Amino acid sequence: MHSIYQAIEQLSLGPWGRDILFALAVLVVAAAVFMVALTIAGVLVWVERRVAGRVQSRIGPNRVGPIGILQWLADGLKLFMKEDLIPECADRPLYRLAPYLLMVGVFGAFAAVPFGQALIAADLNVGILYILAVTSLSAVGILMSGWASNNKWSLLGGIRSAAQIVSYEVPAALGVLSVVLLAGTLQMNGTEMAPGIIRSQGGWPWQWYIFHNPFALVAFFVYFTAAVAEGNRTPFDLPEAESELVAGFNTEYSGMRFAGFFLAEFANVYLMSAVATTLFFGGWQVPGLTPAEMQSSPWLQLLGLAVFVAKAGVGCFVVVWIRWTFPRLRVDQLMGLCYRYLIPIGFACLLGNAAYLLLVPAGSLADNVVHWATAAFGLLVLALFFWRVGYHLRRSGERLDLDLLARGRRGPFEPRWQHRAWGAHRRQAAKEA
Amino acid sequence: MGAVSRYFSAIGRTITTLGDGLAVTFSYLFRKPITIQYPDRLPRPLSQTLPERSRGILEVDLDICTGCSMCAKQCPIDCIDITVEKQEETKQRFITRFDIDIGKCMFCGLCAEACPSGAIRHSHEFEGSVTDARRLVLHFADRARPTAKPPKKGAEVKTAPRGAIVRPLLGQPDEPYRPPVKVALPAPPAKPASEQPAPAAGEGAAKESSDKKDDGGSK
Repeated sequence: MHSIYQAIEQLSLGPWGRDILFALAVLVVAAAVFMVALTIAGVLVWVERRVAGRVQSRIGPNRVGPIGILQWLADGLKLFMKEDLIPECADRPLYRLAPYLLMVGVFGAFAAVPFGQALIAADLNVGILYILAVTSLSAVGILMSGWASNNKWSLLGGIRSAAQIVSYEVPAALGVLSVVLLAGTLQMNGTEMAPGIIRSQGGWPWQWYIFHNPFALVAFFVYFTAAVAEGNRTPFDLPEAESELVAGFNTEYSGMRFAGFFLAEFANVYLMSAVATTLFFGGWQVPGLTPAEMQSSPWLQLLGLAVFVAKAGVGCFVVVWIRWTFPRLRVDQLMGLCYRYLIPIGFACLLGNAAYLLLVPAGSLADNVVHWATAAFGLLVLALFFWRVGYHLRRSGERLDLDLLARGRRGPFEPRWQHRAWGAHRRQAAKEA
Repeated sequence: MGAVSRYFSAIGRTITTLGDGLAVTFSYLFRKPITIQYPDRLPRPLSQTLPERSRGILEVDLDICTGCSMCAKQCPIDCIDITVEKQEETKQRFITRFDIDIGKCMFCGLCAEACPSGAIRHSHEFEGSVTDARRLVLHFADRARPTAKPPKKGAEVKTAPRGAIVRPLLGQPDEPYRPPVKVALPAPPAKPASEQPAPAAGEGAAKESSDKKDDGGSK
């Protein structure tokens, strides 16, 4: 994108022509980024429902399009057709405005998301600060929708959301600050001369900032937890707690405005994963290739895009997976987690990172050993996790089913075939007999 | 020191328990979904896999029906409508009408309990949705059917397999409504010419009574 702007700068069209062309280019880029973000949010709705299905031993939507991947289009069309209701005593202008503020807050941040080396709408020199600042706008949108609906559930949801977002901004910023300290810049991509956050990492896991040192590893978890909480995702979904507040701040919304809230939530899931990828997981860096080598070939650029989307996709999956695993926190637990645990730990990580940078010279043997050891520790935790997954699978006595999309034909159907799923119980009964 | 160790052990427990919870849900991604995909991806129709005593839509086997109307009397909501006519010449009784309004039926099973021959019974069919409510009245007597003798105690009664009678009557959901055919008594076996006018009178009387019944039913 930067090259487009530079090309326009080079043109000699007089001051006015250049400005108009520049504005047009910005509009086109903005529309493209918006469309990409909308599509990502839509596909994420499908991913969420499929993962939820499998976690709950269901199949999930699989009728619209192949393996149900167009389900979000059908849902969007349905919402588009619905009536846009405004409650009688609602604060009409605020009520209408609120979803747009929320959407601006989330989709505006996509301008600084580095999808690839060249695929970034605006590589600002304050990129990560811009993202933190713009996403704060969504708190205003949520509070506004809660107030303007003139509904007790909405108001409670809005208040909870404001308290939550204001509180969790702090640990999120502390987690980001650790990386800013390591990179020494706020820029996302940067250039060869002045590398940004992604360029100062590498393609291999031990070159990522998450495995830079133990403090950075903890800082990632602080950031990720705070980001999930800021996005109002389960287990921090108090603002829209279904079992308590109907739907929280968006209770009264219907039709396209409701769809706006929904898409903003899912776009935010991708946004937080993309920011985590950028800050901690090396962004679009391909293992074994330097950014200078990647710059030469468009195919390598696309490879970088694929790497980035894959990393962010794993992040999105984790956010969805967390949602269908953990129960919701209470309000006091939510605040306790933030102020008693995340903020002190975040500060400790910040100080630890600063001390590490002071004491361990960059590029020294000790520095490399710490990178390797932290990466090995991460691998160990991952191995331990998969061992536990295998343990739970073995204990259930069920056969492994690797048809993850549940497309295959199923076996002969028996009325009581569900009981066979409880293999462990059957074996137990056989043992006792 | 107690508070400090509690603080750190809380963090430790949080990480291990949440991690194990994630491992449990992750393992579910590799297990077979327990749900079955209804209705088009079943290996065989669901009605064939229901338990023996499940109560589906009622059906009547008129080959063994005695025409005693016990079911209609037992029905708490009067959804069974039976007309039995007697042919004057042969003194034979015919079932000319056996309607069950499955829109009203509440599947209590009292009719099947009262039936002496087991002619009326619950099938395993349950997919009876229609686009026209009038089609919910099932007409089992497509022609005049002679009543059967009540079976002897303990005797085995031969009947059609369950559901085989009602399934064709239910048809497809979007079929148009067709009014029921008027069922007439069959012509009596050939007799001397002097007795010929009698069946015509009998038929007229039968029509009258069935018209009356129709009025009562449609209210």
